[in-house]
Amino acid sequence: MEHFFQQLTNGLAVGGIYALIALGYTMVYGVMKLINFAHGDLFTYGAYLGMTLLTSFFLQDRLGVVAGMLILAVMVMGLVALIGAVLERAVYRPLRESHRLSAVVSALGASIFLQNALMLIYGARVHVYPEDLLPQATVNVLGLEVPLMRIVVVLASVVMMALLYLFVQKTKIGTAIRAAAIDQGAARLMGIDVNRVILLVFLIGPALGGAAGLLVGLYYGQVSFTMGWLYGMKAFTAAILGGIGNIPGAMVGGLLLGVIEALGAAYLSLAWKDALSFLVLIFILIVRPTGLLGERVADKV
Amino acid sequence: MSRGLLVSYAVLTLVLAGAPLVLDAYWVDVLNSVGLYALLALSLNIILGDAGLFNMGHAAFYAVGAYTTAILNTRLGLPTLWALPVSGLVAALFAALVARPVIHLRGDYLLIVTIGLGEIVRIALVNDVFGLTGGANGLFGIARPTLFGLKIRRPHEFFYLIWVFVALTVFLFHRLEQSRFGRALNYLREDPVAAEGSGVNTARYKLLAFALGAAWAGMAGNLYAAKMTIISPESFSFWESVLLFLIVILGGSGSIPGVILGAFLVVGLPELFRGFASARMLVFGLVMMVLMVFRTQGLLPLRTVRFKKSDLQRAQARP
Repeated sequence: MEHFFQQLTNGLAVGGIYALIALGYTMVYGVMKLINFAHGDLFTYGAYLGMTLLTSFFLQDRLGVVAGMLILAVMVMGLVALIGAVLERAVYRPLRESHRLSAVVSALGASIFLQNALMLIYGARVHVYPEDLLPQATVNVLGLEVPLMRIVVVLASVVMMALLYLFVQKTKIGTAIRAAAIDQGAARLMGIDVNRVILLVFLIGPALGGAAGLLVGLYYGQVSFTMGWLYGMKAFTAAILGGIGNIPGAMVGGLLLGVIEALGAAYLSLAWKDALSFLVLIFILIVRPTGLLGERVADKV
Repeated sequence: MSRGLLVSYAVLTLVLAGAPLVLDAYWVDVLNSVGLYALLALSLNIILGDAGLFNMGHAAFYAVGAYTTAILNTRLGLPTLWALPVSGLVAALFAALVARPVIHLRGDYLLIVTIGLGEIVRIALVNDVFGLTGGANGLFGIARPTLFGLKIRRPHEFFYLIWVFVALTVFLFHRLEQSRFGRALNYLREDPVAAEGSGVNTARYKLLAFALGAAWAGMAGNLYAAKMTIISPESFSFWESVLLFLIVILGGSGSIPGVILGAFLVVGLPELFRGFASARMLVFGLVMMVLMVFRTQGLLPLRTVRFKKSDLQRAQARP
């Protein structure tokens, strides 16, 4: 039973990370109907930038662990958001009116470009986060020893998701984002600057993806320049599982996928773990293409 | 086929027929790769270009063909070239089987599902499924093909085997475009709803497109296995599917000459820049973005397909 709960908490931590990445996919898809294949690589940039900033400023030593980590997270999120915005402005905006396949190919091109730029800067080897930065403590939760980092990851992702949800639901800008997601043309007629909304989406999504990258670096301690694609695909699966274009759906889908994967790896087969996520993806698309919380009906031709 | 196209094919045939006489083994081998990718891209073009079905897991069918050949040859001793039609058939059956439940999904959803299918196949190969695929190491010791008593071993000999097959494929696929089947696929791409309305059984034609494309990918897998004599799951990763997707889109989706040009550009051209190996992929990604921004329809687009603004609005009105 303890094994089960350890797997469950691990699944929630990984799921929280999937959910954070999935939010970027789901927002971009919701507003632009574009699968941003480069999003997984923005996540990797978060992990690498986190590592570099961590080892160059030693914020955790100067400011204490909590404040240091918070400032670090803000820096990483800001930088990754900037890369996302540049990508939108330079590559996706000129393609907004053209055929969907062009946008898909461009997104793949952006992914290859970002990945190889990272490889040229850092080299192809696997990088390790500096050890002993954070207390390797465990916390007693209901009689169960859970690593502190696991709880930090779950909490951080849940807090960020909740903030985003409130932002989108309660603020005026959030309403504009939702309006643009339903119908860009109508939103424009209502006086919404759709270009700014899309730019904003490309700031928020990558920022959250970058935060997820930082969390993965802190949680696993290891990062590689190619890791973005698998995390990206899992996160996209999570977005579809919850209903693409739907923010609470991405959260639920991410957490659920993380738990399914962790339990599947523990009780079914570790080697087939990644295949399991893709099976979930195919199953959900066959049975309920709109996802668990989705409403929009997919075309059936 | 227009006269201009016939002349281009004649010139290309002459140039290629003479190429092995002047080139060294390295460059002939590069041309062999180009030929294999041309075959693969032509096979994907049936699905993606002609039928308009977004398939980003094409490497799976290629893998099924290559592994079928390897297993038949190393376990049962079937001559490699005899395994060629079998590989095509097995890949086609496999495609029909896995595509069946997902064929109704539209655009992006199909794209994602095919990525998933491709990855599941790769993971299955890595996990030594049924004890037949040799796990992460793959299979080795595949026999060289023999044709009319001649053992095909050197790149120069493979060159003719591969490119004759490419030529046959080009001829066959041009005929196919003119056929009832080819026209049905084009209706399907242009407007699935209207196609269904005018009596095209869309689900059946989509499956046929998948099966036919997979059959050719499977046969290309056979030639790959014969050329390499050793295969492993790495060769059939997601990026392989992406590369094929790119060849078709960059060259000109739905256009046979475009796809061949795409294979030369995407596989052949980077070889000229071997010296800058590490920055090559960076530039490659950059070119993809720039090309799509400035030449949306690919380099040699099909004349009948122009994505006009009005088409786009129509497509957007039907999300």
